[in-house]
Parts: sequence; C-alpha cells; structure tokens
Amino acid sequence: MKSLRFLLPLLLFIVLLMFLWVGLSLNPREVPSPLVGKPAPPFQLARLDDPAKTLAEKDLRGQVWLLNVWASWCVSCMEEHPVLVQLSKQGVVPVYGLNYKDQRAAAQAWLDRNGDPYTLSMADPDGKVGIEYGVYGVPETYVIDKTGVIRYKQIGPVTQKVLSERILPLVRQLQAS
Amino acid sequence: MIPELGHFALIVALCIACVQALVPLLGAQRGDSNWMALARPAAQGQFVFVAMAFTCLAWSFVSNDFSVLNVASNSNSMLPLRYRFAATWGSHEGSLLLWVLMLNLWMTAVSVFSRRLPGEMVARILAVMAMISIGFLLFLLFTSNPFERLLPPAADGRDLNPLLQDPGMVIHPPMLYMGYVGFSVAFAFAIAALIGGRLDATWARWSRPWTTMAWAFLTVGIALGSGWAYYVLGWGGWWFWDPVENASFMPWLVGTALIHSLAVTEKRGGFKLWTVLLAISTFSLSLLGTFLVRSGVLTSVHAFATDPRRGIFILAFLALVIGASLLLFAWRAPKVGLGGLFALVSREVALLVNNVLLVAAAALVLLGTLFPLFHEVLGYGKLSVGLPWFEITFPVVMVPAVLLMGIGPLLRWKEGKLGASALRLKWAGGLAIVGAVVVPVMMGGWSILVAMGILLAVWVAAAGFANLAGRIAQLRTSTGASASAALRHLPRGYWGMLVAHLGVAVFIVGVTLVRGYEVEKDVRMNPGDTVTAGGYQFRLEGLKPVQGPNYDATRAVVSVTRNQRSVTTLYPEKRFFTVQQMPMTEAAIDSGLTRDLYVSLGEPLADGAWIVRVYYKPFVDWIWGGAFLMALGGIIAVTDRRYRAARRYERSLVADATIPVAQGTG
Amino acid sequence: MRWVLAATLCLLPVLGVAREATPAAEDPALEQRLMRLAKELRCLVCQNESLADSHADLAADLRQQIRDQMKAGRSDEQIKAWLTQRYGDFVLYRTPIKATTLALWFGPFVLLLAGLAGLLLYLRRRRARVGQPGLTPEDQARARALLREAEQGSSGPDAAARG
Repeated sequence: MKSLRFLLPLLLFIVLLMFLWVGLSLNPREVPSPLVGKPAPPFQLARLDDPAKTLAEKDLRGQVWLLNVWASWCVSCMEEHPVLVQLSKQGVVPVYGLNYKDQRAAAQAWLDRNGDPYTLSMADPDGKVGIEYGVYGVPETYVIDKTGVIRYKQIGPVTQKVLSERILPLVRQLQAS
Repeated sequence: MIPELGHFALIVALCIACVQALVPLLGAQRGDSNWMALARPAAQGQFVFVAMAFTCLAWSFVSNDFSVLNVASNSNSMLPLRYRFAATWGSHEGSLLLWVLMLNLWMTAVSVFSRRLPGEMVARILAVMAMISIGFLLFLLFTSNPFERLLPPAADGRDLNPLLQDPGMVIHPPMLYMGYVGFSVAFAFAIAALIGGRLDATWARWSRPWTTMAWAFLTVGIALGSGWAYYVLGWGGWWFWDPVENASFMPWLVGTALIHSLAVTEKRGGFKLWTVLLAISTFSLSLLGTFLVRSGVLTSVHAFATDPRRGIFILAFLALVIGASLLLFAWRAPKVGLGGLFALVSREVALLVNNVLLVAAAALVLLGTLFPLFHEVLGYGKLSVGLPWFEITFPVVMVPAVLLMGIGPLLRWKEGKLGASALRLKWAGGLAIVGAVVVPVMMGGWSILVAMGILLAVWVAAAGFANLAGRIAQLRTSTGASASAALRHLPRGYWGMLVAHLGVAVFIVGVTLVRGYEVEKDVRMNPGDTVTAGGYQFRLEGLKPVQGPNYDATRAVVSVTRNQRSVTTLYPEKRFFTVQQMPMTEAAIDSGLTRDLYVSLGEPLADGAWIVRVYYKPFVDWIWGGAFLMALGGIIAVTDRRYRAARRYERSLVADATIPVAQGTG
Repeated sequence: MRWVLAATLCLLPVLGVAREATPAAEDPALEQRLMRLAKELRCLVCQNESLADSHADLAADLRQQIRDQMKAGRSDEQIKAWLTQRYGDFVLYRTPIKATTLALWFGPFVLLLAGLAGLLLYLRRRRARVGQPGLTPEDQARARALLREAEQGSSGPDAAARG
C-alpha cells in the first residue's frame, strides 16, 4: 500500500502528458468567435462598386449568405480566391465581400485582376465593422442564415476541403429550413 | 563539404552515444570494470564530434555559405561578424545543436572531474547522459537537420531577426542552456543512485557542486534574458510571464529547492527520496520547457517556428525519459531507508517548508502557463492567463518563503533553539519595520506594497548579518580566535549562502522600488523641447540620419541635466533593417547604481516632431545585480574546499581542531 | 526690487529657457486610464502581448475604439464586456472568475495549503515511526552474544593473528 504513494508523480505526469498530446492538435493562435449563434451585428456601408449606394445587413435577410472579409494587401486571400470564384459560378449561395482596411482603387484593381466572386462588396476602410464582427485577421468568412444569425465562422482561407465538408452542408441545411 | 562533415560528425556522435549509453550501464550491472571504463573516453569522444559539428555550422554562418538552408534563412552577408556567429543558434535547429553541445560539455566535465567517484557511479551517470544525448541527436538528425542544403544556393540570406541583433543574443542563450542542460547532471546522478541502490549523504555531496553550478548558470541566463528584454523592447519591461520565460523559471524554482534539499541530504542524510524526486523534476521541467517552446502548443514571442512532427517527437521523448525515471523512482523508493531524526523546530523543517513553498511556486507557474491549454482541451473554450494573474498569485507563495529565509539559516540542525540568535533576529525584524516605514517616504510616498517589499528585503539582509555576527561570536568563544581569524575560518559554503541570500534582498529592493516609483513620460518633442522626469531634465537637441551595417536609422541627441548640471547625453535610435523591412527601437539608457534614465523614440509625426518616451527607473539595476549576486553566491559555495581534494581537507581538519579528542578510548 | 525681478522675467526667453514638451496624448489622464485597461487586455494578432504594448494595426484600432468609448463615458467593465462579446474571454489577460476558472484562481492557495498540510502530516507520521525502539528483543540477544564473542576472542590465542 505504501509503495503506491510513490507512483503518484508518475500518474500526475501521465495526466499532463495526455493534455499536452491533445494540445498538439490544437491551434493556440486561433480565436473562436463568441458571435456564432448570435445575430449578425448590423452595418450600413458604402458599396465598393458604387460609393453613393449603401448596403445594410438587414437588406440580406431572408436568404442564406456568406460574408467574406478580404483585402487587396492580404496574401492568404489569394489562396482562397479561386475557391470563392468557383463557388460564385455555381450559384449555390451568394457571397458578399467586406473590404477590410483597404483603399477603393486598390481593391477594385485587385478584383479586376483576380476575378470578382462577390454579389456585392462593401468598403470598411477604418475596420470598425470588422471589429463589430470580431475580425482579427484576414481572410475570415461567416455563414449567416435567413434570420440574420451567424451560424459559422471560418478563420483563415476557405479551402476546397472546408467548403465541401463544413460550409456547403451547413448552407444546404440552412436553406432547407 | 563542411556542412556534410558536420552532418557526418553528428552521426558519429550518435553512434558513440549509443555505445556510451549501453556498455557502461551493463558493465556497472555486471561489475565489469573494462566496460565501465569505456564511459569516460566515450563521453570525451562524443564531445569531440559534437564540437566538430557545431564548428562546421558556425563556420557556415561566419563564411556566409548560403547553400545551407539554415544560414540562408537566418543570416545575411551584411550582418556583423559577432551576429553571424550568434545566428548559429538563432533558429530551432541551431539552438538544438547548442543544446547538444552544452550537454556534451557537461558530460565531458563530469568525465574529467569525477576521479573520486566509484566506477559504477560514473559509468551509470555518463550512460544516462548519453541516453539523453541520443534523444536529442535523433531529434536533430531526423526532424531538425541544421545542415540541410539549399540548392541552388540563395544569393543572400533573409537576415537574422533585428530584435536578435544584439550582444544579448551572443551570451544569453549559451548561459541559459548551460543552466537548463546542466541540471541533466543532477538528473543523471539521481538516476544512477536509483539504479545502483546507493542513495546516501556521500551521493549528495558529489551531486551538490554540479547542481549548484548549473543553478548559477541558469540564474545568470535568466537574468541576462530579462535585462536584454528591458533594453531592447523599448518600453522598459523586464518580465512578462511569457510561456517561454516561465519555461526557464520553473526549473529555476525547483532547482533552488533542490540545492537546499541537497544540503539536508548531505549534512544529515535526510530527505533522500525527496531530493531524488526534485532532481528528476528539475530536469523534467527543463525538457518540458524545450517542448513548450518548440511544439507550437503555446504562443509566445520567443517561440520557434513550429512543425507538428517536432512536437510529437519531443513529446514522445519527454514521455520516455520522464516516464521511465518516475517509474524507476516508484520501484526503488520503498527500499530507501529513513534519514536522521529531527525536531519540529529545526533547520531540517525550515528547509522542508522552503522546499514546499518553492515547489508550490513552480506548480503555480505551471498552472498559469498551461491553464489555457487545460481549459481548451476540456472543451470550455479559449482564454488567456497573463501578467495580471501571476502578479497577484505569485507573491502569495513567495512572501512566506522570503520571510523564512531570515529564520532558517539561524536554526540549528536536528533541534533548533534560537537562543542568543533570537535577540539578533529581533533587531533584524525591528530594522526591517523601520525600513518599511522610512524608505518609501524617502523615495517619495508611502504605499503598503512598497513597504512590504522593503520589509522583506531588509529582513533578509539584516537576518543574514545577524547570522554572520552570531557565527563569529560563536567561533570566538569556542576557539578564542580574533574576529578576522574567525572570518577566514568560515567555510565558503557559508559565504556562498550569505551572498546568495543577500542577492535575493537586493533583487527585492530593485523590483519594489522600480515598480513603486518609476516615472514615465510620453511626449511630443521638437528639437529644443524638454521634459522632466524624476528630477532630471531631458532636452532633445536634434536628430540626424545614420547608416548602420545593415540598417538605416534616425538618431536623436538628448542631453540630460539635473539641477542645471549636465548628467549625460543619450542617443536613442529608430532603426530600419533593410533586408527584413522591419523597424526597431534602440533605446538609450544611462545606468546608475540608484537609477536608470531610459529614452526611446516612438514614431515621427507629420510636423517633424517625434513621439519620445522618457523613463526614470529608480534602482532597476538592482534587479539584475541581485540575480548576479545569487549566482555569485552559488559559485562561491561550489569552491568550498570540501569539494576539492578530500585528503587536503581531512588534514586541515586535524590541524585546525582545537577541541581535545575524547579522553579515554575505552 | 520689483523692477529687477520684472526685468529678469523679461529676459528669461532670451536666456533660452527650454520649452516644455507637450504630452503625446491629447488627454493624458484618459490615456493613463486607457493604458491601465489595455495592459489587462490581449493583442489578438500578436504572440502573447498586451494591447498596451503591441504595435500591431488591430491593436492600434482597438485602442482607438476604447479611447472613443471612454470619452463617451463608458466604464471599464462596459468596455471589457463589449470586447468579450466580440472576441471572447481570450481578449482578457486578467482571467475572468467563472465556474471553469475557479481552479485557476484558487488553485495556488489550495496547492500551498495542501503542500503545507501534507508536510505536517508527513512530519507527524515520521515522529511516530522513528520514535520506536531500534532493536527487537531477539536482535538485542543476538547483539549481546556477538559482543561476548568479540570480547572472548580478543583475549584468546588467535588475537594476534586476527589483529
């Protein structure tokens, strides 16, 4: 009985080891959003193509849509852009762009160069709307349902895998309800 | 050619390590003295090849060989020579090679300075160290090869991170690793003792100087890191409770407990199992630190670039080494006997309480560092634990420990009645209270936190002097010697303790006063403007562009005066490193015994003015001064003559004895 | 006397009395409050830096947001709530006290008390164990016999040989 006491350090170590093992598969830099399951924060921003006109979040109620945060200076956005362009061609779900902390001319030029998957893009030059949405990096993508509630946030580029395994199934499910 | 030579040398070192790990260990089990004798030459041979590998990598850096991937990623032809050399350990791969080099240095030292140890002990110790070496060499060769080629070679390198282009980079990692890795010796001693079943006071005496040396190096390494952050980061902070900082602090805390515990085991034969467990834990924490820094499990400004394969490898290595040692501990522990008797009030108990407090402190740091991970793994979401939490909880554990520092050394072994020392302690306590009341007021304003800090510091220092006075008085009455003769008679181990404890007091003074009374001024300055902080006037005389070896900079000239008399001129710079396109602030500091004057440039403004940050930091250098005193105390203790030629010591004992030998041998 | 003083005062600008630099912030008191709060908040894009220390763009944006909210009269608690609604508890460096963080906030004290209690228990158990007499009666008899043997042997004929 007494000798079991000496196993205590080993047992504590094994517990620690298990935590560290699981920890290896986590990403410490990823900040999950507390807004999932909450109504999408309202906004009213000037459109990228026509600054005179604005786009508000309530205009988009009644449909399932994606909000993609992008910028012309963002390197990772290049990674996901072809995926988004292809998605927009399929016409499954509309993608709206939030042009984050960017300049209109540079943003427009970037779209002209690389293709425009967005039904519409809005300009958020000072990043205020981004902060409302809990944006901390670019690119980020939100799935928003018909009632205007955020259902999913993708941190980082949207890859083909993420699209087919996470986003599209969710979109279909939301569209059906 | 040279990188391939280095690569080959590592492979040879690995082969030697395999032999060194197996043969002497088997030899010790079988009592085969030839096999055991292989340990020393094997260790030295391994060192030769590891040193060769390190030299090859360093050569590649210094000679700008951009066909080596590591050199191309971390160096540049415009980088000054000393930083090209330091860049050898500026990456994950290179720093691992430094780790292995340090391990081999310690291993060779053990092989040379262990003539008095029994053969099986040396064989086992070197075998254990070889096993650790195998782990790291495998790690290097399979996942982190520093000699990987880049073909076609790059035209020039990506440059060393500007934050690392500093003398701190040249000295901090080597010192830190000497400490970190040095605890592997204590670990090997413990494992060897567990395997051999010989765990007694003699084992503790052999182990002690090695452990204290490693501890001293780690103290210096951490202090250097802190000082470096202070002047490089541009806002005068010196400790951030960052995971990587904590990773080096935990082994330090447990290492401190270990050197105290070893004192008991050596002098009284007690706490043997506890000491062994501490020795295993200290090095385990070093290894854990290595894992945390390189696996990507935690974020830190110091963390290396991560790769999941590396994380898995280190974790597996960790599991193997620590798991096996703790299993060995659990198996052998019941067979180890009890040490000597001691009363409830005695130095033994004081040291035990010290140990509990230090281990609790280390556990606290571990809790804070890993809690976000625990929380997330359990599915409760992500959160942060940082400086605000540590600053509240850490002192709660450390304050009792510091208070105990005053009493512990005055208690006697086995049964400690304070006796005459009680009066001296009361004086020390009184002085502490006086200091706690007076010093804050003198500095500019009384506050409870500052008062507490000064109370602790004066208590420790005064109790130390009380201890010294008591020892001298005791020696004088028992031997009739003069005070100066008595002073010379005191063993170095004792002086070491006094100096190290004084270092703690100095450290606390530094921390308390700088936190309580530092002044920061964030101002907009045009040439000709002045700002006042801490009684000093800082005047911006002008700015001019300068050219560095691999950067462009704007240098400001700031003249400092006090009471109309000129104190100094400071030259803070804002540097822009051309290769990495990264700006960096080079603060200008005037260091003094009682204060630092710290000026750093912020951003330039539209109208030609600059944002300038000016700090008056009283007694901040006492923080690192205290730490260096602690390390110095350790080094003094290691040079105690009882660790040197035993025969000379025994002869001197007989010569010095004035107490008559017991009458009648009946 | 008064005119000497007046003349001296007029001469001061000529004597080159330095101009005091203006604070970098528009409202130093507000800025101090901002920095105190920002030290307890985390920069989300950095690798473990506080919002006060970080040079990142997002950090500067968030500091500006906080500044605006402070000017609008929001309290520190309200601002922290606003931030956690958008970024979660991750943004707070001063870990909130919740059911799941009780172990964190009370852990150190529990550890300390447990350690000291464990020590006390150990010491008491040790006294009980060590307090027992060393030799059993059989061992004592054996010891006596051995000692008698040794005494007899030292005075016998083999004494010299045994040395």
